[in-house]
Amino acid sequence: MIEVRQLVKRFGSKAVLRGLNFEVREGEFVALLGPNGAGKTTFLRILASLARPTLGEVRIAGYRLPLQAAAVRRNLGFVSHQPLLYGDLSAEENLRFYGRMYDLDGLEQRIDAVLNTVGLAGRRRDLVRTYSRGMQQRLAIGRAILHDPSVLFFDEPHTGLDQEACDMLDQVLREVTGRGRTVVITSHDLARVEGLAARFDVLSHGVIAASAPKSDLGGGNLLDFYRRALAG
Amino acid sequence: MEPQPNALKVLNVLCAVLFLAALGMVFIYAPLEETMDYVQKIFYFHISTGWVGMLGFLAAAITGILYLVTHDQKWDILEFAAVEISLIFFSVTILAGSIWARPVWNTWWTWDPRLTTAAILEMIYIAYLLLRQGIEDPGRKARFGAVYTLVGSLSVPMTFLSIRLFRTIHPAVIGTASASSQGGFNMTPPMVVTMVFCLVTFSVIFITLFWHRIRLGRLAQAVEERQLEAQS
Amino acid sequence: MAEVRPFDQPRPVISFLKAIGAITWKDLTAELRSRELLSAMLVFALLVILVFNFALELDVETRRTVTSGVLWVTFAFAGTIGLNRSLAIEKDHDCLDGLLLAPVDRSAIYFGKALSNLAFMLIVEAIVLPVYSLLYDTNLFNLGLIGTILLGSIGYIAVGTLLASMSVQARTRDILLPILLFPVVIPDLVAAVKASSGFLQGSLASLITPWINLLVAYDIIFIAVAFMVFDFVVEE
Repeated sequence: MIEVRQLVKRFGSKAVLRGLNFEVREGEFVALLGPNGAGKTTFLRILASLARPTLGEVRIAGYRLPLQAAAVRRNLGFVSHQPLLYGDLSAEENLRFYGRMYDLDGLEQRIDAVLNTVGLAGRRRDLVRTYSRGMQQRLAIGRAILHDPSVLFFDEPHTGLDQEACDMLDQVLREVTGRGRTVVITSHDLARVEGLAARFDVLSHGVIAASAPKSDLGGGNLLDFYRRALAG
Repeated sequence: MEPQPNALKVLNVLCAVLFLAALGMVFIYAPLEETMDYVQKIFYFHISTGWVGMLGFLAAAITGILYLVTHDQKWDILEFAAVEISLIFFSVTILAGSIWARPVWNTWWTWDPRLTTAAILEMIYIAYLLLRQGIEDPGRKARFGAVYTLVGSLSVPMTFLSIRLFRTIHPAVIGTASASSQGGFNMTPPMVVTMVFCLVTFSVIFITLFWHRIRLGRLAQAVEERQLEAQS
Repeated sequence: MAEVRPFDQPRPVISFLKAIGAITWKDLTAELRSRELLSAMLVFALLVILVFNFALELDVETRRTVTSGVLWVTFAFAGTIGLNRSLAIEKDHDCLDGLLLAPVDRSAIYFGKALSNLAFMLIVEAIVLPVYSLLYDTNLFNLGLIGTILLGSIGYIAVGTLLASMSVQARTRDILLPILLFPVVIPDLVAAVKASSGFLQGSLASLITPWINLLVAYDIIFIAVAFMVFDFVVEE
C-alpha cells in the first residue's frame, strides 16, 4: 500500500530525511518511533501529501506523490497534534465543512455515524472552542475518517492529553483502525503504542534504523528494541 | 569563496576606466546646454542609471519566473542580486532626478509618471527585501520572493500607465521643438555620443556589480550549508 | 458507512465549485458568530473617516473633490485588517493543512478565501457609504460609484488574498501585509479613485471610461496571476 524509496527531504541545505526506505502492506498497523527532531513529523507530512519530497519516490496504492497527490488524498486521513478544526464552528458544522470539501455523498448520515464512533454525538452543536483538548482530538479523528479512507496517519495524537483522555482516544483508535485500514502512527510514548501497533519502525538520523513486528522484537521488550536501534 | 575569475578582474578594471572616461566626457567633452548649463549634466547619470535599473528590474522578473518553473536555487540567487542592484541604481536615478528638478522647476519632487513609478518601484523592492527577511525556510523564502517579483513586475507598468493618465510634466528629451519650455532640451550630436557612452558605462558597472553580488550570494549559501552540517 | 469512491477524481468541476462554496460558507458562518473581523474593520474605517474630518478642514466644495480619495484610503486600510485576520485564522492551529488535505485543486482555497474576503470588504463598504453620506451631507447613492467600488474591491482583494497568504507565514506578519500590498495595488486604487470622482461629479463618460477599463484589466490580470501562483504560496 505504501512504498517509499530513497526519500530525501531537505530544508534549504539541511537534510532531515536521507535516503529513507519504508514499506507498509495493506492492513498493517505500524508505529513509527524516534526521538524528537528525528523527522517523524516531516516524514508523515510527506506521506500525507502535505509536503513535497526533495528526492526519491513515494507511492500510495500505486499512485505517485506528489504528482498524483489529488488521487491519493481522497483515500487518506491525517490526524496531527493540532486538531485542524475551526473554533467558531460547532462539531457538526466542522464535519459538514470537511464533508463538502471532500464532496461526499450521504453527508448527514456520515456525520451521524462519525460522531457516534468518537463519542461526541451529545455535544454536536457545541462550538469547538468550548471543547477540551481531548474532545478536540477525538473530533479530529472523526474529521479524518469522515470520508472513510483506507489509509490513516496519526502524528503524535496523544500530545497534551491527560490519562483519561488518552484512554478514550485509544478506544477510538482501536475501533477506527480495526477494519483492514492501513495505519501509520508516530509517537515517542512507547507504552502507548505498544498496545496498539503490530509493527514497530525506528526513525533515526534520517533513515529507518530498525523495523520489526511485535512478535519478533529480538528478545526483550519494546524499550530495549528501541534503544538498540538508536544506538546501532 | 572561489577566486575571482579573470573575466571579472578585467571587468573591475574596465569599470574604473570607463567611469573615469565617462566623467571626462560628461564634464569636458559634452557641450554646455544653452538654458540649463551645468545642471543638465546630471541628466547623463539620471538616464543611464534609470535605463540600467530597468534592465535589472526585467532581470528580476524573468529570473523569478524561471525559479518558479525550475525550482533551481541559482535563479533565486540571480533574482535577489538583480533586485538589490536595481534598487541601488534606481536610488541614484531618483536622487539625480531630484537634484535636476530643483533648479529647473524649483521643486525637489515632481509627481510625474516616471519619477513616481520609480519611487513606487523602490518601495516594492524594499517590500521584497522585508518579505525575504521575515521568512526562515529558504525554499519558502525563494518561492515567495519569486511570486512577489512577478506581481510587482505586472503591477509597475500598470502603475506607470495609470499615473500617466493622471498627469505629466516630465520633459520630452530628444528632438522636440517646444521641449525647453517644459524643461526639456534638444540634444546635439556630442551630447548624444556622451549619453550613449554613459549608458554603456553604467551597463558595464551593473554587470560587474551583479556578478560580484551573485558570488556573494553563492558564498552565503555555502556558509549556510557548512553551518548546518556542523550543527548535525 | 456509505460506499467508498475509487481513488480517482469522479467529478472535478463540481468538487471544485463545492469546495469554494464550502470555504466561503465556513468563513461567513464563523464570522457571523464571533463578528471579530467585521467589527475590527468597521471601527477602523469609521475612525479613519473621523480623523480625515479633522485633518482636512473641508468646505462643501472641496469635499466633493476629496470624497472619493478619503473613501478609498479608508477602504484600503480597513481591507488590510480584514485580510490579515482572515488568513491568520487558517495559519493558526494549522487549519491550512486541513484545507490542503482535501482532494481538490489548491486554487479552490484561493477563490474561497478571496470570495469571503470580498464579502467582508463589501459589507464594510456598504456600511461606510451611508455613514459618510450622513456625516457629510453628501449623496453617495450613485450607481456608477457603487459599480466602481465593486470593481476596485475585487482587484484589491484578488492581490490582497495572495499577498496575505504569504505575509501571514512570516515573522513580521502584521506590518508586512500593508508594505507588500500598497505599492502593488496602486493602479487599482488610482483608477478607482478617479472613476469614483468622475461619477460623483457627473463627469463625461469618455473621461471615466479609461479608468474603468484600467480597473477591469487590473482585476482580470491579477485574478489570473494570483490563482496560478497560489500553489507556490501554500505548498511546502
